[in-house]
Amino acid sequence: MTATTPALTDRVRDVLGSTTLDDASLRRWLHGLPGVDEVGAHGRAAMLGTRSIKTTSKAWALDLAVSMVDLTTLEGADSFGTVRSLCAKARVPDADDPACPKVAAVCVYNDLVPVAVEALAGSGVKVAAVTTAFPSGRASLAVKLADTRDAVQAGADEIDMVIDRGAFLSGRYLKVFEEIVAVREVCDEAVALHGRRAHLKVILETGELSTYDNVRRASWLAMLAGGDFIKTSTGKVSPAATLPVTLVMLEAVRDWAALTGEIIGVKPAGGIRTAKDAIKHLVLVHETAGERWLDPDLFRFGASSLLNDLLLQRRRMRTGVYASPDRLTLAT
Amino acid sequence: MPTFEYAPAPESRAVVDLQPSYGLFIGGEFVDPVDGTSMKTVNPATEEVLSEVAVGGAADVDRAVKAARRAYERTWSRMPAAERGKYLFRIARILQERGRELAVLESLDNGKPIRESRDVDVPLAAAHFFYHAGWADKLAWAGLHGAALGPDGVPLPLGVAGQVIPWNFPLLMLAWKVAPALATGNTVVLKPAETTPLTALLFADICRQADLPPGVVNIVTGAGATGAALVGHPDVDKVAFTGSTAVGREIARTVAGSRKKLTLELGGKAANIVFDDAAIDETVEGIVDGIFFNQGHVCCAGSRLLVQETIAEEVVGRLQQRMSQLRVGDPLDKNTDVGAVNSAEQLQRITDLAAVGDAEGAQRWTAPCPLPENGFWFSPTLFTNVSPAHTIARDEIFGPVLSVMTFRTPSEAVTKANTTPYGLSAGIWTEKGSRILWMADRLRAGVVWANTFNRFDPTSPFGGYKESGYGREGGRHGLAAYVKEA
Repeated sequence: MTATTPALTDRVRDVLGSTTLDDASLRRWLHGLPGVDEVGAHGRAAMLGTRSIKTTSKAWALDLAVSMVDLTTLEGADSFGTVRSLCAKARVPDADDPACPKVAAVCVYNDLVPVAVEALAGSGVKVAAVTTAFPSGRASLAVKLADTRDAVQAGADEIDMVIDRGAFLSGRYLKVFEEIVAVREVCDEAVALHGRRAHLKVILETGELSTYDNVRRASWLAMLAGGDFIKTSTGKVSPAATLPVTLVMLEAVRDWAALTGEIIGVKPAGGIRTAKDAIKHLVLVHETAGERWLDPDLFRFGASSLLNDLLLQRRRMRTGVYASPDRLTLAT
Repeated sequence: MPTFEYAPAPESRAVVDLQPSYGLFIGGEFVDPVDGTSMKTVNPATEEVLSEVAVGGAADVDRAVKAARRAYERTWSRMPAAERGKYLFRIARILQERGRELAVLESLDNGKPIRESRDVDVPLAAAHFFYHAGWADKLAWAGLHGAALGPDGVPLPLGVAGQVIPWNFPLLMLAWKVAPALATGNTVVLKPAETTPLTALLFADICRQADLPPGVVNIVTGAGATGAALVGHPDVDKVAFTGSTAVGREIARTVAGSRKKLTLELGGKAANIVFDDAAIDETVEGIVDGIFFNQGHVCCAGSRLLVQETIAEEVVGRLQQRMSQLRVGDPLDKNTDVGAVNSAEQLQRITDLAAVGDAEGAQRWTAPCPLPENGFWFSPTLFTNVSPAHTIARDEIFGPVLSVMTFRTPSEAVTKANTTPYGLSAGIWTEKGSRILWMADRLRAGVVWANTFNRFDPTSPFGGYKESGYGREGGRHGLAAYVKEA
């Protein structure tokens, strides 16, 4: 069993209301959470999808959405060149409009972190690395930790880890919990190296969890284990981020904040390609978790092609006409 | 960082062509009333006068019934059933095509949010016509046991139906009434509500557009006296009414002893029952939908919330949080959740009943939603510390007012839910399937929803127990109300 820090354990035991931390106590706690009614969740998400965001509120939402993008490239074919190009895009999303905000972060595989760190130095754009044998997470804990340590040492600001879905689905909640705790400890090593923690995003891979009840339980488990963010998907599994999934996760962070006072972020990733989708998500954030979460520190979009659609819509708001996509720069 | 204010997103009124005045639709034409009186219909959100509408007197009702009788005898009852179906399909399609126009007009005249008229009222009205259009030539297979059959084995129509509908779902209630009547071969005289006649008059135009034979549908606008004249007319074979229990009683008295067949869909005081294992977020949504949908102007609204004591505090807390987010205001704004109360009279009734709630010791909580200055508005309201003996737990308020009570066991929930003179609908919220079935068996209500609320479908019969009325609308049961008994 991995040694957990005493502070964390006390906190965990407080929340669990149990003096033992094992599969059984976690199971009792997670299965005691209220269920999610699938039809109702779909209905609520669909209703919020009908909100009509126009004029000033649309302009505001588009800017906010740009500033929330984790501009992502996670391909086997990624090279130094593609990452540098992505970083240039992240710094200056729209070369014709200096008022356009920067994106929140660039998200890459861990071996490309040094390239991104160098390219983004001084820009304020964060570097996020996917680790823990992303996307499947099928590796030993030692390998996952080494993977994470690599990224942390190279200067990654944020770590996007995957949970062990196999363990979660077979009820081995303690294993999932302990892995997150262990990765978080590696994230904390950044304090000694860089003077700040690396923020931990926990990818639930909701497409493999199948039910909203599981999404809710995995969200709570990840928050209990110390994740700073809960993230829907790797982008490698379909379905990835959907409105109802994001809804359930937003409810989880809202309720977690009410219970513990801790504010956890949410990151839908994969499948959000249009400005319209992004705005629907922002409406969801606004009317579920609340204003507090309309902040790049607490809500992100894991996306690549989304950025250019946001930029097209920004130009459309400014000029009244649609620009040719050819006028926008490519991300990679 | 500024907050996420939704800029106004109003649906355009330009799509609606409002006439300064409307006559009565009799025999396929708009005609002036014989005695020439009229009334104004106003936009409840602004108190702006929308139009002047004729008030039909007894002579007008008589003209309309005669036109309906003539159409029944000469055209509609002789027409092959498949042809009747074609007309209904055509009307259904036009309802869809002119959906935006109907939705805007409904919101203007009624005060309901455009999101609701656009996404619920109009699509459902069209669905009712589509559904009944399909039945028109298949009545022999509808399993209408006890119906009088013609030589071809097809159930026989009744003749002329007099129909009186309420103001809460003007077009949808029209569809519930007109579609089954026409599908089974009857002709109709319909009296829309005094405060919401406009979509019915637009429907008259749609009947003309569909080339419906003159007199098959007649629309006589007016108030209570017009409705009474229609219900009491000796040549009406069938009376269908949706509205208050008080008026329903009057109608039952009028019709008693006559050959007229009667269906009544009256008031309700539905229990929405929440168990502690319910999916809490969706339940809160369902409670909100149950009582604040259409400003609570819903006969089957979930106006009594029964919560298991173990989670009462949590549910009320979450409800208040959720209610604080409701967007009350301009019905034509696409982001409005709760619109205007339909009339000054109804607003007064809601205000009075809420005051009785205060006086009897219930604890009022009002959602902090800013209200517009003009028009008729009532903030979404919640009462806790309500006892089953309180007036607000017994009387139908027909407004955005929810009374919260608690229970400890399933049988206590059933007893409390059933202790009401009404019995139109009920809701059950639990993740336990067996309990849903157990409860549904024991609840005396015409519709029991499980883990949802205010769901309507033309294939599903709707109607009440006890003082909520009799007869069913929708489904095969609804057809039975419009055919002759053997």
